[in-house]
Amino acid sequence: MKTSAATKFTAYVLLLVGAVFFVLPLLWMFSTALKPVEQTMSLPPQWLPRAYEIERDGRRVEVRRSDTQILTPSLLARAENGAAFAVPVCEVTMARASNASPRAERPGRLDSLSPPISSEPSEAAFGRWRPSGSSGPGTAVTVLQAIPAAADKPWVLVYEGKGGTAFAVPVSGIHARIAPRWENFGGAIRAMRYFPRYLANTLLLCILNVIGAVTSSALAAYGFSRIDWRWRDRVFLVAMATMMIPFPVVMVPLYSLFRALGWIGTLKPLWVGSFCAGAFNVFLLRQFFRTIPQDLSEAARIDGCSEFRILWQIILPLCRPALVVVGLFTFLGTWNDFLGPLLYLTDQKDFTLALGLQCYQSQSGGTEWHYLMAASTLVIMPVIVLFLLAQRSFIEGISMTGLKG
Amino acid sequence: MTSLERHNLRLGLLFVSPWILGFLVFTLYPVAASIFFSFCDYDVLSAPVWVGGMNYRDMLTDQVFWKSLYNTLFFSVLALPLGLILALLLAILLNQPVRCRGAFRAIFFLPSLVPMVAGAMVWLWILNGKLGLLNQFLATLGMQHPPQWLSDPIWTKPSLVLMGLWGVGNTVVIYLASLQDVPQSLYEAAEIDGASAWTRLRHVTLPMISPVIYFNLIMGIIGTLQTFASAYVMFNGGGPNRSALFYAVYLYQNAFEFRQMGYACAMAWLLFLLILGLTWLATRLTQKHVFYST
Repeated sequence: MKTSAATKFTAYVLLLVGAVFFVLPLLWMFSTALKPVEQTMSLPPQWLPRAYEIERDGRRVEVRRSDTQILTPSLLARAENGAAFAVPVCEVTMARASNASPRAERPGRLDSLSPPISSEPSEAAFGRWRPSGSSGPGTAVTVLQAIPAAADKPWVLVYEGKGGTAFAVPVSGIHARIAPRWENFGGAIRAMRYFPRYLANTLLLCILNVIGAVTSSALAAYGFSRIDWRWRDRVFLVAMATMMIPFPVVMVPLYSLFRALGWIGTLKPLWVGSFCAGAFNVFLLRQFFRTIPQDLSEAARIDGCSEFRILWQIILPLCRPALVVVGLFTFLGTWNDFLGPLLYLTDQKDFTLALGLQCYQSQSGGTEWHYLMAASTLVIMPVIVLFLLAQRSFIEGISMTGLKG
Repeated sequence: MTSLERHNLRLGLLFVSPWILGFLVFTLYPVAASIFFSFCDYDVLSAPVWVGGMNYRDMLTDQVFWKSLYNTLFFSVLALPLGLILALLLAILLNQPVRCRGAFRAIFFLPSLVPMVAGAMVWLWILNGKLGLLNQFLATLGMQHPPQWLSDPIWTKPSLVLMGLWGVGNTVVIYLASLQDVPQSLYEAAEIDGASAWTRLRHVTLPMISPVIYFNLIMGIIGTLQTFASAYVMFNGGGPNRSALFYAVYLYQNAFEFRQMGYACAMAWLLFLLILGLTWLATRLTQKHVFYST
C-alpha cells in the first residue's frame, strides 16, 4: 500500500497528540510527587521540581516559598518586640536617630530619606508605623532596609527560621536549581501509616490468587478440552454463561455467606474464590489446550501415563504463554482491585494498597498533593515495571480476548 | 454407558471439580439467594423478611434511584461511542507503517493498566478547579472561566468520560490485533479497482473487523453500566447535586451504607435485565452489519 507523505505526516501528528494526552497525566503525577508542597500550588504549573537558594554570608541557603513574601516598594522594619516585617513606605513616619529631639516627623518617602538607606541592613533610621486608616501614635519601628522593588524587579522578603529575623533580597539574587525531592516517597509512606502492611497484604493476595487461578483453571480447562466426557460441552456453555452475570447480583449473598463463615475483616474472601477456576481463565486456557494435537495425549496414554502427568508434562510446558497471561491478568486484577477490599476489609490496618490509598486521600482531604501523588506513584510503579518486563504477554493476552471472544 | 464412558465421565468431572465447586458456591447459590433477597427486607444482621414485590415497587418512586439510572445512562451514551471511536482511530493510526509503533502502542496501552484508584487520584489533581493542569492549560488558551470539572454538576460526568477515555488502550490493542489480521490482498485488490483510502476503510477494513467492533460494543455496554470505582473514588457519595451518583454506587450505598440489602438485590437484578436487554438490542441492530469471514 502506498502512503503519501501528507497522510504519513498527518498520522504522525495525530499519534503524537494522542501520545501526549495519554502520557501527560502520568508525567504530571511523577513531577508532583517530587515537589515540595508549595510548588504543587504554583501558578502557572511548573513541570520540574526546584530548590531555591540565596547567597548568605558566602553560603548557599535554601529558601522555601512558605518562608518568603514578595514585596512591593516598602521598608523592612523591626518592631520593638524584635519581629521583622515589611511595611508600605507611605505608612511610616520617619524620625532621624541622630537628632531625636525635636523629632522632625514627616511622611517617609524613599527618595527623601537622608541619609539614604542602603539595601544593606543598617539601623540608621527609626520611625513610627501607623497602618493607613488608623489613628494614634503607631508603633515605633527600626527601619532595617529600604526595598526598592519595582514591578519588573520584585524583591522577596525571606524569613530565616521561626525567630522573626528577616532580610530582603532581589529576586535576581535567588538561584533556582532542579531538585527532585525523593524524600517525598518516604514522607508519603509515613503519612499513610500502615503502608508496609498494605503492601504485604496486597502481595500476599496477589501470590495466592495467581497460584489459585493458574492451577485451578489449568485443571478445569484440561477437563473441558482434553477429556471426552458426556455433557462436557453443555457444561462448558453453562460456564461461559456465568460470565454474563454482573457482580452486583451476587454481591450481597456473597457478603452474607462470608459473614456467616466469619470471614469479614479477613483476607479470605479475597483469595479463596480464585482456587475455584474463574470462567474467563478456563476459557482462555481451553482455547490453547485445544490447539495441541490429541495424538500426543493418546501416545502418552498408551505408554500408561496418567492424565495428571499428561497435563503436567505435556500440555502445560506447551502452553506456557497462556499460563503467563492468566497469571499476569490475575496479578493485575488483584493489585488493582478496589471493590473487593472495600466490601470485606473493615479495619484500616488490614487494607490493601488500593483501598489504603483511597482512605488516605479522603482523610487528607486533597491538600497534600505531593504525598498523594507520591503514594499513587508507588502503587502504579510495579504495574509499569511489570508491563515493561512482559509487554509481549500483555499485548498477546489482550489480543486473544478480543479475537476469540 | 460403557465402562470407558463412565471412566471418562469420572475423570472429566474430577478435573473440572474446582470449577463445579466454584459454580455452586460462588455463582449458583448467590444467584438464587439474590433472587430471594430481592423480595425480602434484609439487613444482613437479622434474618430476611419476605415483603413480596415491595423493593421493586419502591424503586418506581425512589427519586435517587432514577437519578442514578439517568446518570449511568447519560455517562454510557457519552463514554461508549467516544471510547469505541477513539480506540478505533488510534488503532488505525497505529496500523499505518509508522516508526516507533511499539512505543506508541505501549504509551496508549499503559494507562489502561493503571489501578483505578491511583488513576482517579491523578485525575482529581489534573481536574482540580483552581490548581489543576487542565484548567491552567485552558487559561493560557484565554478561557476566562474554565469549567469546574469536579464541583459543577454539569461537568462531573464529562470528567469521568475524559478519565475513561484515558484508559481506552485495552480496546486499542484488541482493534489493532484484528486490523493486522485483515488480509493485505483485499487492500491490494481494492486499490487496483481504484478505491480511495476512505472507501478502503469503509468497505474493506470496517466489515473485516466488524466482529471485533461488535465484541467491544457488548463489553463496553456491560462495563460502562457497572462503572463503580472511578465514580466512587472521585465523587465519594455522588458528587455535587448527586450528579455523579452512578447506579453501581447507589446500589453499593444501599447495601453497605443504608443496610437495605434486599433493595440492593432488586436493583442488581434490574441492572442485569438492563444489560441483557441492551445487549440483545445492540445485537439486533448490528446483526446485519457484522461480517464473519469464517
